[in-house]
Amino acid sequence: MIDILLTGEPLNINDCIQKVLAPEAGGIDVFIGTVRNATKGKQVLRLEFEAYEPMALSEMRKIADKAFGIWPLHHIVLHHRTGILAVGEVPVVIAVSAAHRAAAFDACRYIIDTLKETVPIWKKEVFEDGEVWVAAHP
Amino acid sequence: MTVKVLAFGIVRDIFGGSSIDVPLEPAATSATLKANLELRFPKLAKLSSYMVAVNNEYAHEPVELHPNDEIAIIPPVSGG
Repeated sequence: MIDILLTGEPLNINDCIQKVLAPEAGGIDVFIGTVRNATKGKQVLRLEFEAYEPMALSEMRKIADKAFGIWPLHHIVLHHRTGILAVGEVPVVIAVSAAHRAAAFDACRYIIDTLKETVPIWKKEVFEDGEVWVAAHP
Repeated sequence: MTVKVLAFGIVRDIFGGSSIDVPLEPAATSATLKANLELRFPKLAKLSSYMVAVNNEYAHEPVELHPNDEIAIIPPVSGG
């Protein structure tokens, strides 16, 4: 099962974990992204996420499909938030269940690493004295 | 022909809006579009990188554009 979500509402971590539970699974690996309070020593007030929604959903699904092709997995949940997030809030939750832990760990890492490379979602860091689109400039 | 180009993230700031209309020669490609946009918006060429997406797929190689295609400029992504 693959469960993909892009939402302006807070993500429900427990719900993500419940969704990947399976009697056949020997373990669940979960990655929870959180908004950090500083970048290069500069205090971050908040992050603003925006997505090109139809393409982001399609790229998220491609990543999950690819992971299923590489590892023997049971379920994948991939939820991402949009909008304004304060320090400590959760922009992304990935949960993966598999019969054995190695596949769950590897797939979870692959999903977050690939999401950061291919999914059209952008974050702007807002500081006291300005704001920056992350990764936009060399 | 004229194509509508969607903009996100920093490209929305560069275009000054969430989409622009771009006049192109018939049978223009995503590569032609990039060259055209970089002349009009020199700041685009200063980004770390950017991609053209056509109908929700990255144009890794130049693809021919059509007036009804959904075309978007994708600056470096930073989700997660």
